[in-house]
Amino acid sequence: MTVSSPPAVQDSPLPQARIDAIPLVLLAAISLAAFAMIGNPSTWVTLTVAGIAMGLLIFIMASGLTLVFGLMDVMNFAHGLFIAIGAYVGVSTMKAFSSSAGSDSFLTNLGALAPTLLAAVVVAGLIGAFFERVIIRPVYGQHLKQILITTGGMIVAEQLIHVIWGPDLLPLPRPETLRGSFLIGDIAIEKFRLVAVVIGLAVFAAMVLILNRTKIGLLIRAGVENKEMVEAMGYRIRRLFVGVFIAGSALAGLGGALWGMYQENVNVHIGAQMMVLIFIVIIIGGLGSVGGCFVGALLVGLVANYVGYLSPKVALGSNILLMMIVLFWRPQGLYPVSKQ
Amino acid sequence: MSVIDTLLSGDRPRSRLLGVALTLILVSLAFAPFLFPGTRSLDVAAKVCVFIVLVASYDFLLGYTGIVSFAHTMFFGIGGYGIAIAMTRLDAGWTSIAAGIAAALAISLGLSFLVGLFSLRVKAIFFAMVTLAVASFFAILASQLSDVTGGEDGLTFKVPEMLRPGFKLLEEPFLGVVLGGKVVTYYLVFTSALLLFLAMLRVVNSPFGRVLLAIRENDFRAEALGYRTVIYRTLANCMSALIATLAGVLYALWLRYTGPNTTLDFAIMIDILLMVVIGGMGTMYGSVLGATLFIVAQNYLQDLMKLASGATRGIPLLPDLLHPDRWLLWLGVLFVVCVYYFPLGIVGRLRQKQG
Repeated sequence: MTVSSPPAVQDSPLPQARIDAIPLVLLAAISLAAFAMIGNPSTWVTLTVAGIAMGLLIFIMASGLTLVFGLMDVMNFAHGLFIAIGAYVGVSTMKAFSSSAGSDSFLTNLGALAPTLLAAVVVAGLIGAFFERVIIRPVYGQHLKQILITTGGMIVAEQLIHVIWGPDLLPLPRPETLRGSFLIGDIAIEKFRLVAVVIGLAVFAAMVLILNRTKIGLLIRAGVENKEMVEAMGYRIRRLFVGVFIAGSALAGLGGALWGMYQENVNVHIGAQMMVLIFIVIIIGGLGSVGGCFVGALLVGLVANYVGYLSPKVALGSNILLMMIVLFWRPQGLYPVSKQ
Repeated sequence: MSVIDTLLSGDRPRSRLLGVALTLILVSLAFAPFLFPGTRSLDVAAKVCVFIVLVASYDFLLGYTGIVSFAHTMFFGIGGYGIAIAMTRLDAGWTSIAAGIAAALAISLGLSFLVGLFSLRVKAIFFAMVTLAVASFFAILASQLSDVTGGEDGLTFKVPEMLRPGFKLLEEPFLGVVLGGKVVTYYLVFTSALLLFLAMLRVVNSPFGRVLLAIRENDFRAEALGYRTVIYRTLANCMSALIATLAGVLYALWLRYTGPNTTLDFAIMIDILLMVVIGGMGTMYGSVLGATLFIVAQNYLQDLMKLASGATRGIPLLPDLLHPDRWLLWLGVLFVVCVYYFPLGIVGRLRQKQG
């Protein structure tokens, strides 16, 4: 009697997850189509850089929200609050460092930009920790209450911002050397947009590295796919979640400070306004997917800029139309997250 | 008593205190022009009537079906703009009011059907996000298409002769009050609001309303019992949108004006949420209490806070927290407390006491 030998274990590496390239192709196709329609190469480059900068800023703000949702099924309608806090803390810090922000040297300017961003990140992160503990922890697993309670938290926090910073539109000037734009040939590129692109890409790269190359990242990805299984393995998913929530809030704060500088002023509604854009982005990307959020943010940023140039009348609705089209094509978003 | 039971569709207040409060509100609203003479108080009374309907229609969605929508002000706005556009484009007569209402209802029905069919299949959170996006798009659209909607300024329009302030129903003052067009309009608003509210009470206590409750409690089970939850949810969404549209019509007729700030503003959406939750979700009567308390607070709490803010001058931070413009802060805190500790709001609390 012969015993069938077990199948030989091969040394070949684990099969890699296939990357779905269609959304990326779509991104390229849209910029090419826009190039054909705009016709003027220098305008196209300016618009594309602007779109990428806007997209990356939105990605910084939105990535935390989509991860929090993916991990714990918590939708934080007060995410805009952290954006607003980042922007307002940015205003105060920038004021404190106004002397180095006004200098002509880039390095001294950096001495104002760095503490501004750092303060925004730290304060938003701290308030995020507080918010998670007080507002969100009691309502795990209850969607309806989550929506209500986080909206309520947003109302109260917005009013407190009123109390602390007042109701007026506050200026948030960019450091001296980051104003104006570079001229390469006849292509004008705003300096601050390049800063946004650099910081945005750095955040994305760091995120990809952490998610794909570290143990914590592995646990987070596993948690998004199957929470119970990670818990069964003996990991405390709650702690992981608190960490992700704080990181997401801190990133929202960073994005808020950068967005405030991008617009050069800040008002109380900055959070609520960005919220709509962020929702659109994470719906387009697929709730819970960081890669989807990245592509979605770029898509929204590019389309907003192209359409804004080609037909300003439609521009404000372009995001909604984009969302509708994507949802018709892929009802779960570009990169659906498989859930058990 | 059976007449009352028929009117209330058998859904009694089930709490003596609640019954007294509701009767008090009903009597105050029914005789508002005589009990509280003055333009401001009549304005408050009319706003209360309109918001009771608006909030009740939202409760229908949130409390009875368990759906969170952020597009309710959109339908409110469609009603207001429907009337305003019809009255400015056509003549200021009753037929153009009818045309405006019909057009607004048709648009609301179509939109709510589309949004519902599109996003109610998936989770509640998804619906909330999509409605938020659609509503903000609509608000932008209304402020951009200034040829049609008047943009940020909105539209001021003429109403039929009978509803104008200059009109007099009786030559002599009745019970010391001149029965002008404002009073006629008020009673039009009041009667319509009362009828709409009773109609909604009828619907939530019908077999259809029971199915909605079942879906709210456990949609999986409801589906297993053979109810197509998507269809029921979409129907509830449409019905709530239509009633919100009618509330928008009433509000526009009362103000003789429709603009982004009176209908489409996100702040109004927040107000509606506050009213529903503080009054009591899923009770219908909660919307009456919530809307009345909120609007009275909106108009009179600020005066009180001004006093408190003045009295605490010198203490750090406190005067700022009590500043009249910060009244929403305190209602927001009340809202959060309500969601945590009194999920059924004031009405639920009162009924608990009784039981």
